[in-house]
Amino acid sequence: MINLTINNKKICVKEETTILEAAKQNNILIPSLCYLEGVHKLGSCRVCVVEVEGAKNLQASCITPVSEGMVIRTNSDRVRRARKVLYELMLSDHPRDCLQCSRNQSCELQKLGELIQIEESRFEGEKSKDFTDATSPSIIRDNSKCILCRRCVTVCNEVQGVGILNSQFRGFATEISPSPELPLGSASCTYCGQCTTVCPVGALKEKDSTKTIWQALLDPDKTVIVQTAPAIRVALGEEFGCQPGTIVTGKMVSALKEMGFDYVFDTNFTADLTIMEEGTELLGRIVGSLHAGKVISNEQLEKTGFKPSDNVPVLPMITSCSPGWIKYIEHYYPEGISHLSTCKSPHMMLGALCKSYFAERINVAPKDMFVVSVMPCTAKKFEITRPEMVNNGVPNVDAVITTRELAKMIKDAGIHFMALPEGKTDHPLGLSSGAADIFGATGGVMEAALRTVYEIITGRELPFDKLHVLPIQGLERIKTAELTILEAKKEWAFLNGVTLKVATTSGFRGASILMDDIRKGESPYHFIEVMGCPGGCISGGGQPRPTNDEVRKKRIQAIYAEDEGKRLRKSHENPDIKSIYDEYLGKPLGHKSHELLHTTYTKRSKF
Amino acid sequence: MSQVIQKCGCRELSEVEKYALLEDVIEEYEGKESNLIQILHMSQAIFGFLPHEVQNFIAEKMDLPISKVSGVVTFYSFFSTKPKGEYTVRVCLGTACYVRGGKKILEKLKEHLGIDVGETTKDSKFTLEVMRCLGACGLAPVISINGKVYKRVNANKVHHILDKYNKGGV
Ligand code: SF4
Ligand code: SF4
Ligand code: SF4
Repeated sequence: MINLTINNKKICVKEETTILEAAKQNNILIPSLCYLEGVHKLGSCRVCVVEVEGAKNLQASCITPVSEGMVIRTNSDRVRRARKVLYELMLSDHPRDCLQCSRNQSCELQKLGELIQIEESRFEGEKSKDFTDATSPSIIRDNSKCILCRRCVTVCNEVQGVGILNSQFRGFATEISPSPELPLGSASCTYCGQCTTVCPVGALKEKDSTKTIWQALLDPDKTVIVQTAPAIRVALGEEFGCQPGTIVTGKMVSALKEMGFDYVFDTNFTADLTIMEEGTELLGRIVGSLHAGKVISNEQLEKTGFKPSDNVPVLPMITSCSPGWIKYIEHYYPEGISHLSTCKSPHMMLGALCKSYFAERINVAPKDMFVVSVMPCTAKKFEITRPEMVNNGVPNVDAVITTRELAKMIKDAGIHFMALPEGKTDHPLGLSSGAADIFGATGGVMEAALRTVYEIITGRELPFDKLHVLPIQGLERIKTAELTILEAKKEWAFLNGVTLKVATTSGFRGASILMDDIRKGESPYHFIEVMGCPGGCISGGGQPRPTNDEVRKKRIQAIYAEDEGKRLRKSHENPDIKSIYDEYLGKPLGHKSHELLHTTYTKRSKF
Repeated sequence: MSQVIQKCGCRELSEVEKYALLEDVIEEYEGKESNLIQILHMSQAIFGFLPHEVQNFIAEKMDLPISKVSGVVTFYSFFSTKPKGEYTVRVCLGTACYVRGGKKILEKLKEHLGIDVGETTKDSKFTLEVMRCLGACGLAPVISINGKVYKRVNANKVHHILDKYNKGGV
């Protein structure tokens, strides 16, 4: 332990603590800007400077470790003057149009100005980088607002391991970009949007899709349908002052109805459907490879409902719900795309069903429908532009907005969100099981799949307390579990004694480790779940800011609470899923499913 | 200098040969990120400048993000992403040269060459750059052309220096 003094207060902290952390642990406030707990401490903005006795210069407290006997002042005249000058210098190269800025009231630069009581700005100067990059379908970079804190650089390079954003040029000309000649839309960016969640100002944000939605809502000839992803309901409340982890499902549905959507459906419904399709696909790949390896006969294969085929199926199979992950694998591991499940992501499935099954049911032409997805994700804005996401000449989904954009629309509509009653989603694409809820958290798709697959094979419930596969939950980079099949049903008896090996990861760092193993032929797994964003969709690129591990954990807890609160906990028990197969789709992986619910991938290059 | 570079007169190489040579250079430096600056120096020696395509090639061979490579290229003023002229004219704008007319020399050069700082004349003859103090303050104001230093330059006569190069070199 280290003893030191901050502002005459004697404190004692663990070794290797920084001054900023030591102060925080002892309720001493040091204003800071670029510092981001657990992610970014680089000392690039120097706002957090303090005076250390014996040191000639002021020290950036976020990068200076404490030492024995240190005497620190965080509020001396020198410190106060220094941070004000730093702030005013930043302002001299900033547009300062707060009143019409997307970050007004949620801007960290604005908050800091208030915190350190800036009431003048003495420096006027040339503006260095007045240009906006709007080439990406998901993300806008407004360079004029960038304060060069480099949080996005750390997140993109260190956390995600992608490296699209870096600092270019030097001095006054410095800008953060993929390279002077490469706009974001041409770079190998995954559009995960993690950079947008850490940007303290209005320099990185999602591309706006709210205007087209208002237009559709005003168009009397359009049937406008909206769906919300599992992760929205546990985060949207934060935009209206709720604590992280507050569940606002009912209010969210009411708000959407008040905004004028004709039908409010739930992406959770197609999350359940995904489990049926993807679970069946997994079983097909497993028995297919046993058949190809001559472990089981034609007859044994056919008893499980699958047909012999000449193609040797590829294992491990990897989930395909996260479009940021899909773009990542296409750019960085293009040879690995055969490992991807062919399932479209759940909201694309729902869009496809709205414009086929549901369109027939309500007798509306698919071209007169407008489907909106509210997603925690910026990559989904890109996903809907993929040429594969079209059936019968109409796109499956017409617009994607993030959680943040939905909050903006609710405010714009003048709705008193917190006073809304608890609304209910519409039928027939609105009912879901708890297994669908957990899609929003890392490890959730895997757990949901295991709940169903295990029961198909053995006829018994997944043997875990409350159906939770704890080893694959949580924020560690890579989580694994094994499940040995015993006393399988008659037609699956050849699986007795087989150990099913699974892994889950979130963020591209973990994904690249698992993909490198696959590349080397050393992957021991049958099934892998990858989510592009650390923690899963609950901390997707479109979620309310800030997202740190504490917020992630609260949102994850809320997701599991939502799951446990439901009577239906397994996808295959959802009665509406049963009826859609009976009435329309036939069976999982059947002809209609293939046409509407499955997709293909594109090899892209890394450079 | 690197072995591979020494054996060639790069200007006569075809594009394919240049890239092959660049690949040898990267191999010689074992593709290590810590050697990136050296590799970029060699690449500039081979290609004369570092256009986006060359940076991309280096990024791919070294398995680095292109944003990192271009970050280094754009950070250092001795790397150029545009083709350079046969002669690089540098005007010193260090304090001593500046107060003794460096700024005026620069204006005159811009006028004579018809280009701005960082640009190259249409005939690919001259590139105009500025430099910080050369350490020859006693000789101020100075300019340098391909490394050759001209001392106590008179702004109104600077075109005489250019003429020598226009007539086919010194
Ligand atoms: S980024 Fe923040 S400080 Fe800058 S204009 Fe927007 S709200 Fe104001
Ligand atoms: S969207 Fe993701 S990959 Fe693209 S720049 Fe941002 S953090 Fe990097
Ligand atoms: S874009 Fe945002 S996060 Fe990135 S350096 Fe600029 S201000 Fe910081």
